[in-house]
Amino acid sequence: MIAILEALEQASDLAELQALSERMRDYFGVDHLVYHWVSGTGEQYGCGTYDPAWVARYLEKDYLRIDPVVQSCYQRFHPVDWKQLNWSGKPVRDFQRDAMDHGVGNQGFTVPVRGPSGQFAIFTVSHSCDDCTWHAFIENNRRELILAAHYFNQKALEFEPDRAPDAAMHLSPREVDAMTFLAMGYSRAQVADTLSISEHTLRVYIESARHKLGAANTTHAVARSLQQGLIIV
Amino acid sequence: MIRYLYADELHRHERLARSMFRDRASQFAERLKWPVKVDLHGEERDQYDLLNPLYVIWERPDGLHGGSMRFLPTTGRTMTGEHFLHLTDGVHIQSPLIWECTRFCLSDEAGPRIAAALMQAGSELMRGHGIEHFLGVFDAPMERVYRAIGASPDVLGSAGRGRARTSVGLWAYTPEAKAKLIARSGISQELMRLWYVRSFGRAESAKSAVA
Repeated sequence: MIAILEALEQASDLAELQALSERMRDYFGVDHLVYHWVSGTGEQYGCGTYDPAWVARYLEKDYLRIDPVVQSCYQRFHPVDWKQLNWSGKPVRDFQRDAMDHGVGNQGFTVPVRGPSGQFAIFTVSHSCDDCTWHAFIENNRRELILAAHYFNQKALEFEPDRAPDAAMHLSPREVDAMTFLAMGYSRAQVADTLSISEHTLRVYIESARHKLGAANTTHAVARSLQQGLIIV
Repeated sequence: MIRYLYADELHRHERLARSMFRDRASQFAERLKWPVKVDLHGEERDQYDLLNPLYVIWERPDGLHGGSMRFLPTTGRTMTGEHFLHLTDGVHIQSPLIWECTRFCLSDEAGPRIAAALMQAGSELMRGHGIEHFLGVFDAPMERVYRAIGASPDVLGSAGRGRARTSVGLWAYTPEAKAKLIARSGISQELMRLWYVRSFGRAESAKSAVA
């Protein structure tokens, strides 16, 4: 995952995002991975691994109107397993059959992302397998799938036309302190002690810094802070 | 019973929703004297209610509001990020694994059992959606309620004195905390799970739920 994130960090256009969606699909070992976003100004972009014939068909049939995934994720912020959605009613069942005929798969998991100033996105993985296998996959990968959705989204936010250049990455002095002490090899207990905060609070500060840095874990977050000159050791 | 409702679903539960906003007015404006806006109908709403938050509401047997709290993802706009940075050491806490919980409100008649049920519903949200922490804004009287039900948060910072003290705190999901809440609320895990499934749908297949 870290190699993919490093490539994502460097990506500067949609073609690269497309290639990364394919790499990430292979990393998760699923049939498909799709990322679709609507910018603060209402422009839509997407990348992913669905058969282009399905994408064309989806647009032609205007499936957006009945797709239960879109219907249930729009304006929401909790991730959903497709089995949680309402697939009843003939138009929806026909849509589902059509999707499966185009290789989308019978299983799916979608993470809605709500960014700043009206930006909105959905990130989906889909697959063909039985319920038990899928349930186990989600239990084991839920956290990383949620994070993956946000890695893509942070990159997408960089593509927003009127974005302030330094808006995305701003660590507060406290986060900088925490990252610095970790980079110096302090244990979490020592960092918490030095900053006079509980380890619990420290965990949240580190998690928040990890998110802002688009890092996979604490070590990666420390490495990124160093690379980007946000901390000096 | 517990209902999980996004703001855009409240119109289907109008009586419940109106009584929630009225109870919020009586808690935050009348009892705590917070400088909040109350409309002509005696209902309290703020700008964050317009961002389609998720409400967790205790509905009483008579269909009215017993208690509630409001959730927003910390990746978008939040009250802590926009108004309480001085209570989080200046750290703008943002993560898809952390949700903000604000406007924890209890109706006049609600006791610690309902507070415990709400917190238990919160832990169900964490389990179901892969959330690791809640970041909350609360006042001094609520701090006592949290202590009484064994769900005290880790306080990041406080400002003000006495009843007017406002704090920002963190809750993490732990099995011990959940067991305490179940004992306090008197609501079984199974029943809480049923209410959750009623709102969000069932992801587990029958087989894997047994395994």
